Amino acid sequence: MSNWLSDFIRPKIRSIVGAKDVPDNLWEKCPSCEAMLYAKDLAENLHVCHQCGHHLKFSVHDRLNLLFDDGAWANVPVPTVPFDPLKFKDKKKYADRIKESQAKTNEKDAIIVAEGKINGLATIIAAFNFDFMGGSMGTAVGEGIVRAAEIAIQKRASLIVIPSSGGARMQEGLLSLMQMPRTTVAVRMVKDAGLPYIVLLTNPTTGGVSASFAMLGDIHIAEPGAMIGFAGKRVIEETIREKLPDDFQTAEYLKEHGMVDMVVARKDLKETLGRILDLLMRRNIKAA
Amino acid sequence: MPAMEFEKPILELEGKITELRNMTSTRDFNIAEELARLESKSSKLLVSIYSKLSPAQKVQVARHPERPHFTDYVRGMLTDFTPLAGDRLFADDDALLGGLARFRGRSVVIMGHEKGNDTETRIKHNFGMARPEGYRKAQRLMEMASQFQIPVISLVDTAGAYPGVDAEARGQSEAIAQSIDSCLRLRTPMISVIIGEGGSGGAIAIATADRVYMLEHAIYSVISPEGCASILWRSAQHADEAAVALKLTAQDLLNLKLIDGIIEEPLGGAHRGKDMTIEMVANQIEKGLHDLTPWDSDRLIKKRQQKYLAMGRT
Repeated sequence: MSNWLSDFIRPKIRSIVGAKDVPDNLWEKCPSCEAMLYAKDLAENLHVCHQCGHHLKFSVHDRLNLLFDDGAWANVPVPTVPFDPLKFKDKKKYADRIKESQAKTNEKDAIIVAEGKINGLATIIAAFNFDFMGGSMGTAVGEGIVRAAEIAIQKRASLIVIPSSGGARMQEGLLSLMQMPRTTVAVRMVKDAGLPYIVLLTNPTTGGVSASFAMLGDIHIAEPGAMIGFAGKRVIEETIREKLPDDFQTAEYLKEHGMVDMVVARKDLKETLGRILDLLMRRNIKAA
Repeated sequence: MPAMEFEKPILELEGKITELRNMTSTRDFNIAEELARLESKSSKLLVSIYSKLSPAQKVQVARHPERPHFTDYVRGMLTDFTPLAGDRLFADDDALLGGLARFRGRSVVIMGHEKGNDTETRIKHNFGMARPEGYRKAQRLMEMASQFQIPVISLVDTAGAYPGVDAEARGQSEAIAQSIDSCLRLRTPMISVIIGEGGSGGAIAIATADRVYMLEHAIYSVISPEGCASILWRSAQHADEAAVALKLTAQDLLNLKLIDGIIEEPLGGAHRGKDMTIEMVANQIEKGLHDLTPWDSDRLIKKRQQKYLAMGRT
């Protein structure tokens, strides 16, 4: 992305204070209203634009810190799965793509499983990392969901899954498609154990991820403006040869069509989740 | 659809054979001899071509318009077919058909995608691409199967779930997800056969089963080779390479232990012997049902869950 900031201001600042002292991401442009946002303010505002309220990308770690009480959580290890089962290669080897994503994100794959408390209640969160190959779901991600479900049952904890994913990881072929029934079994086990299973839909949630565990929650919460759907917008436009409206497949559109319970601003997420978990888990409190 | 390029030498021979047959009235002995020679040559050619089809060629065979479709199987292997319509919520979907029927003595619930076989029926059936209504009808049928302890047979033949505005508005994702869940909760045996194209979410929605079989030249994939090529190679021109990389053939998928068996097709593909194909499919289904009968519903569900939980672990 090139604009007056990166072309002009940044080099200018660099020339004054020296290159090393100025991080590349000092300013960010809001993709919605194009306001220039100062990185520090943006971080303080949970990566929500001050001008228009647009919800920008929010890192998994920031999100876990936001949702868990006192920002305290522990990583739940996910068992390792066979590496590159198909020996897939397109223009690039899948093995190399994984290694690059691992180097970039410092994570094993596109999912992080964490345990902690929300509103004092034991909770497991499985959160997708979109920076890792578009949050795509292969066997490792499937394993993460299964592990999250198992540990939730074992600890009598609620399960919250936070997808941010383009869908199945095609470099794992049919194995990735099989993660749809596999994760469906996992969340079914949580439901059968009588524990809450909540989905927090974030941008984007599409394809095989939206068409499996992500649409099977007891409660569906979506972030404002998040893109949620089965088929990609471009595929639909090519099929029907028409331009689609801007709000198509947004969180708000899904709510209007009865697919999500609520659209909740990032700043209200913790309180909302805490209240829901309280209602579902503390079912008998004597009135004070 | 134009003839498949790799079949051209076969089609030429078959053309000559037909031509010669029409001439036999002249009672020329040489013609009979020539005919026998050509027929033997033709079947040798079929064997040699069909024994080493590339993945890209299998994609073409799997999509061949003259392969037997859902309706052909219903006619060929079931009696008393009683189609059931509608999802009780919005509409009926002709892309995904189903109902009650009798299969070799047993009551069954049958469901599957129907692609249609001419312009009119293709449009009626939306080329086998189901909308949420189709997947919600499937859920309904599976619930009924549980209620009456009737096994379910599903025949999969779809390029994928329909990517349309209306389908999205009515929750295509939710419908597919619930349909997968319905398969997993079904209290009776379920057998799925990929008879042509097993296209992604639209396929798995009705193919999460105790036994999953594929016809010899059917394909089953997370994404079409064209779609995969346009994303990863940035051009659909590379679809043939994508077909190889995706490992979408029945043989590859059996090796990966993602399906339970392969059903042989007649020489030269299912489109050269519809009746024989249907018979082979029916035999395999019968064998599968036999293995799963009698059943204990809870144990059946547990085993099905474990089967899918293990996918990707080995």
